[in-house]
Order: sequence, then C-alpha cells, then structure tokens
Amino acid sequence: MEKKVLMKGNEAIAEAAIRSGCRHFFGYPITPQTEISAYMAKRMPKIGGTFLQAESEVAAINMVYGAAGAGARVMTSSSSPGISLKAEGISYIAGADLPCVIVNMVRGGPGLGGIQPAQSDYFQAVKGGGHGDYHLLVLAPNSVPELSELTMKAFDLADNYRCPVMILGDGTLGQMMEPVVFDDDYKPDIPEKPWATVGTGGRRKHNVINTLYMTPEDLEYTVVEREKKYDLIKSNEVRYESIYADDAEYIVCSYGTTSRVVQTAVEGLRAEGIKIGTIRPITLWPFPYEALNKAADKARMFFSVEMSMGQMVEDVRLAVNGKAPVYFMGRTGGVIPTPSEVADGIKEIIGGERK
Amino acid sequence: MIYERPRSLCDVPMHYCPGCTHGIAHKIIARVLDDLDICSKTVGIAPVGCAVFAYDYWECDMQEAAHGRAPAVATGIKRVLPENIVFTYQGDGDLAAIGTAETVHAAARGENITIIFINNAIYGMTGGQMAPTSLPGQVTQTSPYGRDPKVQGNPVRMCELLSTLDGPSYIARVALDSIPHIKEAEKAVKKAFQNQIDKKGFSLVEILSTCPTNWGMTPADAMKWVSENMVPYYPLGVYKDL
Repeated sequence: MEKKVLMKGNEAIAEAAIRSGCRHFFGYPITPQTEISAYMAKRMPKIGGTFLQAESEVAAINMVYGAAGAGARVMTSSSSPGISLKAEGISYIAGADLPCVIVNMVRGGPGLGGIQPAQSDYFQAVKGGGHGDYHLLVLAPNSVPELSELTMKAFDLADNYRCPVMILGDGTLGQMMEPVVFDDDYKPDIPEKPWATVGTGGRRKHNVINTLYMTPEDLEYTVVEREKKYDLIKSNEVRYESIYADDAEYIVCSYGTTSRVVQTAVEGLRAEGIKIGTIRPITLWPFPYEALNKAADKARMFFSVEMSMGQMVEDVRLAVNGKAPVYFMGRTGGVIPTPSEVADGIKEIIGGERK
Repeated sequence: MIYERPRSLCDVPMHYCPGCTHGIAHKIIARVLDDLDICSKTVGIAPVGCAVFAYDYWECDMQEAAHGRAPAVATGIKRVLPENIVFTYQGDGDLAAIGTAETVHAAARGENITIIFINNAIYGMTGGQMAPTSLPGQVTQTSPYGRDPKVQGNPVRMCELLSTLDGPSYIARVALDSIPHIKEAEKAVKKAFQNQIDKKGFSLVEILSTCPTNWGMTPADAMKWVSENMVPYYPLGVYKDL
C-alpha cells in the first residue's frame, strides 16, 4: 500500500533509511541536518534499532565502520564541518570496502562558515575528502521525494558494490517540506555478507576487516582491484536528468537545490524563444561525462550554476573537453541564486557571444 | 600435556621485539578466550601502534581500527551484535592520547565491551616518542632531555580517571613484570571478559608492559624498570568493581 505524507527533507531521508532496513544510526548534532538524528532517536527504539549520539563526528563515523563491518545497514549524517571530521573514517571505510550511507546536508564554508545552504563541498565529496585512492558514490537529489528515493537506492548501491555512498544535499533540501510517497509493501533486498565480522561460529577461518598492507605490491593490488569496482560503477550507475536538451543550443548544468532555480530560469528563457536546456547530474560521482560530451556535439555553450565559487564547473569542462565554452555562474556563502539572476546572467553571456 | 599453545592464538610467528610483553598479553587473552569458550563469537579490534597486526594473532574475527578509534568501532560492532563478545586491544598513545574521547565516552556510556590497555609509557611503532603515560624525567625521542611536566605536561593515569565515571563496571591495573603479576593479570582479563558475558558493562584492564627496544634496555632490565618506576607511579589494583 502506498502512503503519501508531507515531510521535511531530513525526515524523509531518515524514514527512507529505516524502510531500507537501516537499524543503526550514529550521529552528532550539527545544523542544518539535526532532524535526521531527532527522527532516528524517536523511531529506532520503537523498532529494535540503535540511535546513538556519539561524542564527536570522528567517533560517529568509526561506529559506522564497526557496525558496517558487523554486517549491518548503517547510516550517519552531518553537515560540512562535521563531514571534514568524518573524512578520516570515510577513507578507512572505503579502504576496508565497507557499505554505508553518509548524508551531507551542505552549509556554507570554509571553517564554521554559516548554516545556510551551499554546494561548496562538491570537491570534498567527489574528488576525495579523505586520504588515499578512493571514491564515494555521490548522489545529489533535488526534491524531498528524490531524497527518499535516492536514500533507498544508496543502501542498495552500498551493499552491491561494498562501498560508502554519500547523499549530497544542502540546507534547503533538508529543511523544505514536500509530499513524499512511501510504499508500505517495500521489502529491502539485503545481500548476504560472508565477509562480515560476526564471530566465526567455529565454522570458518577468522574474517579480518583491515586497511593496512605493509607490502607495497599488496596495497597496490587492493587499490587496483577496487578501481575495477569503480569502473563497474562508472559504467552501470551514471544517472542524470536532461530537460529540453535535445535541440538545445545552450546547456545549463546544475544539481540539488540550484537545479530547481535553474529549471525555473530555463522555462522563462524557453518562453522567450531561447533554445536552452538542462542536464542535471543525479550522480556527481560517477559524473555524466559522456552525456555532456555528447550534448557538446550540438550545443554551442555550457553553463554550470552552483552555490559555490565554481567546483562542478571543472567536471563540466572535462566533459565538454573543449568542444564548447563553459561558463560558471553562482552564489556562495549560503546565498541561493534567484531564477531571474540566473536567467539574466545567461542572457548577458549569450548576448555577449552574439555581438 | 603440561603446556600447549592456546587454541585462540594463531599459529604464526609474531613480529614483536625480543623481550616485549605484547606476546604475554596476547597469550593471556587467548587463554581467556579458550577458558570461557568464546573465541567463536568474539570480535576483536586491533589498534594503531605496535599491536596493529594483532588481527593476525587471534583466531577470532577481527577489525583493524583507525588510531584511537577502537572503542567507537567496538561500540558500532556491539550495538549490531549484542550477544557477541567485543574487545579492543590498545596502546597508550592510541587509548590515552588520540583516542581519549572515544575511551572516556565508551566508558561513560557503560558500553558492554572489554578494553585491554597496554601501557608501556612510549610510542613503540614509530620509534620511541613520548607517550601520554611517559613518566616525569623519562627520556624519549621527543623528550630527549627527560619529560619535564612544566614543558611536556604530566602523565595520564587512565584507571584513576575512568573510575570516577558512573559507566564502567570494572577497572583494574595489572603488570607483567613477574610471574605472580602475570597470573593476576590473567585473572583480571578473565574477569573483564566474564563481565561482558554477564552484561555488566564496560570493563578495562590496564597492563603495565615493557618496551626494551625503545627504552634502550635489556629485556631483564626492562622488567625491573616496570617494577621500580612504573608501578610506583601507576599503582596496581582494582579501581572499580561493580
């Protein structure tokens, strides 16, 4: 049976996680994602799960490491400064091939920054954050229903590929309310985890979850093997949405909250007769390089609109690979660009080109 | 048979230096896992430090934690597997410096885990730097003129500190500097595991240990140094037993 409810984005993530079979959540308070913890604190004890408020983000992510290693579906959430603290643990989780879901409801930075929505953690999420050769699978929803859908997807991806998956949202998505539909008949499909440390039961040799390799060739081997997994993810899991892109002369790229501002701007420009369309990456890693590169065969100009000083624009440039000029437009520090600001900016650049 | 290798100890050569007491501590844990017949349902957590390879030395399932994070990792495991036995094995730098917060809060929560804390007053793996438990006056690579409390601060007595908390059920300090002390150490470790089986909550055993290599002593002199210098500063005994 399907049920439609009005929910905050943060609450939708928490509910979706629970419906995905997540029974262990380790968090630490930070604005603007605290509703996730509050929801978990209320619900987990009622369903035999664990909500634990850790002493720090560092401890929370290491609890996730332990719980994931013990075979559980486990999640933690935070916002920018807290994710920096989790970066150590994230690197270990990736290095130990453990599945888990990490939510970052991004706020302005660097440092304490602010508490208003931002997208200035793109580099941290997509290019690293922690040390070493690893990737996070990064999902970027742009609505409350998509937060729910992608949270559920995140648990499956994490288990299927044995890797940490990040939901990269922002303060707006976490705080806004929208109707979201939950299917009460949904049963999560959780794979067997023979590698988990649950006690040998006297039936097998001990399982070891580890990230240390003292012989360079051994470490190289594990990193190269993991890269094969990343290649598989790149070929199977790229997700994006394109609107009006087929005949577009101009393509605007954006994700998350910004993509909704951009959509409004683009509708207006279309009404003015400008052949403009959008490509919205839903997976930021793997990035839809191919889709953008293909679009660059026809489109004359690309824009990357972000709530940052220009981070995703680097991937857009890599994707377009010189076939067309790529312009950046954005606000940062917690400021959300308005549709007219975006539309005017685009028109100005297009006009400049036409002159 | 008068003597045999504990079943819970892997039959592999250990990497520890001659005269180091890690081997004794490892064997004590293995004997306790055997005695209580819990190896098959135990998950151990190795630290960062000399005991980083401990995951190769016990037959139970193992996780290797980031430096200082073992009590948090143990918490995650125990919350998923409340009927299993979960223990950490940590050195002084790991437990009492970088992991102080994780240690104190796992204790304060009364997390039902067992912590074996190896205090040898030095960072062994990295080559002999000052530890949070290095004694006043102790010469190390990073306190070459001797630890001056005015400059490098004072050592941390973890048992005393943790026993002020309501959470822990058992806190004890033992030493490996003599046969009688080794026997007492085994009793304490056994109790720390039995408590977990009995769901009594957080148990920690601090084991005063040697590091002949980085102390620059013979194994025999290192044992003597524990008795003469460490034991007076870190009194042996049970600090909490609920």
